[in-house]
Amino acid sequence: MFDYNFHWRPVMKNLPDLIEAAFLTLQVAVLAMIIGIVIGLCLALIRLHLKGPLYWFASSWVELARNTPVLFQLFFFGFGLGAFGLHLSPYVIVLAGLSFNCAGYLAENFRGGFQAVPDTQIRASRSLGMTAWQAYTRVIIPQVFRIVYHPITNQLVWAVLMSSLGMLVGFRELSGETQFFASRTFRIFEYFAVTAVIYYAIVKIVLLASRLLAARLFRY
Amino acid sequence: MEPTINFFSGFNFKDLWFLGEAALRTMWISVLSVSIGTVLGMFFGWLLYEGKLVAALTVAPILDIFRSVPLIIQLVLFYNFAPIVGLNLDPFGSGVVILTIYTAALVASVTRGGIEAVDTPMRRAARSLGMSYWQDLRYVVLPIGGRAVFPAWVGVALGVMKDSALVSVLGYVELLKASQILITRTQEPFLILTLAGAFYFALSYPISRYSASLEKRWVQ
Repeated sequence: MFDYNFHWRPVMKNLPDLIEAAFLTLQVAVLAMIIGIVIGLCLALIRLHLKGPLYWFASSWVELARNTPVLFQLFFFGFGLGAFGLHLSPYVIVLAGLSFNCAGYLAENFRGGFQAVPDTQIRASRSLGMTAWQAYTRVIIPQVFRIVYHPITNQLVWAVLMSSLGMLVGFRELSGETQFFASRTFRIFEYFAVTAVIYYAIVKIVLLASRLLAARLFRY
Repeated sequence: MEPTINFFSGFNFKDLWFLGEAALRTMWISVLSVSIGTVLGMFFGWLLYEGKLVAALTVAPILDIFRSVPLIIQLVLFYNFAPIVGLNLDPFGSGVVILTIYTAALVASVTRGGIEAVDTPMRRAARSLGMSYWQDLRYVVLPIGGRAVFPAWVGVALGVMKDSALVSVLGYVELLKASQILITRTQEPFLILTLAGAFYFALSYPISRYSASLEKRWVQ
């Protein structure tokens, strides 16, 4: 049918390497998410409660992360900072870029989550004798977590997908590894087809895991 | 005597023109893909809503694939797949095809959400007033559901605009690729990346702001 011979053997030979690279992809995505959640939480709280320079800093972080392409953000951490003599390794570039991006997107989600919990609850818990810290960690955060759980899952999927841009800054995660092998054997289609399947599997596994976790966490 | 050739030259006015032209190309490919993709996506969304089992078994998994595989992998895969089936597409053509399908996949779920946002009693009322199915869809579902999901659609459109930066992997000279070329020549990554980022930001920020304000107004 096609005037093209598919050669799957080199791909199958390198499959273990690709799967290993897939774990690197997952690792960088999860790390970026953890950093992103912590920073995003700070940004959201700053934007909700503070004024002045800190507010502007948080707002510009959020708007920059949301209104420029991820690839641009990676290039900025890669080449842009290189102009100041700050040369990061590809791993750090991807991790920093993804964390920056995730923090920006998650901050907006968290802000929505905090706004959805009525103010009166914090006053109620304070009048019950809780400290501000206790009120936040025991009353507010659990409720916010429930609201933002689904957006966090989506963001994790996005992080996995976006980490594929590491290929363009020389990071050898799943896409970078694929490109490396593909350019060595010229079996570009075959390699990328297998990689697409692996990404699909990762995304499905992440979604399944999050659904199981949700069923366990939100029983009540 | 010939002057020695200098491969590195500073950033000058002509380069600004080069960047501007590339920015226009970014806009052109995004507008084209978003408009075709939106029409296709609305059709698919309607199919998902009406088609029940058949659509759930055919259209839904296919659209899901385009949402679960990184765009960059899709682009490389399609660009290398097209010649196998005898299509001769240039980077622009491949980019438009993939971005269009990608947009359609995202818009399909948005559209479906929009149709679901219209209460069944409202639609029954429209039908009992003697409206045909299509009249109901056009004069009841479109204005009400459309408003409910318009911000989500703007998000998708802006996302595709930003993701169009990825077409640069195929060699299409859009804004980010152009800035990369300039960086290689002028060795001024910070300035050029800032310019490129500022352009994306200037395009995306006002639109997202406008859509947020529209959303606020429609909620009231």
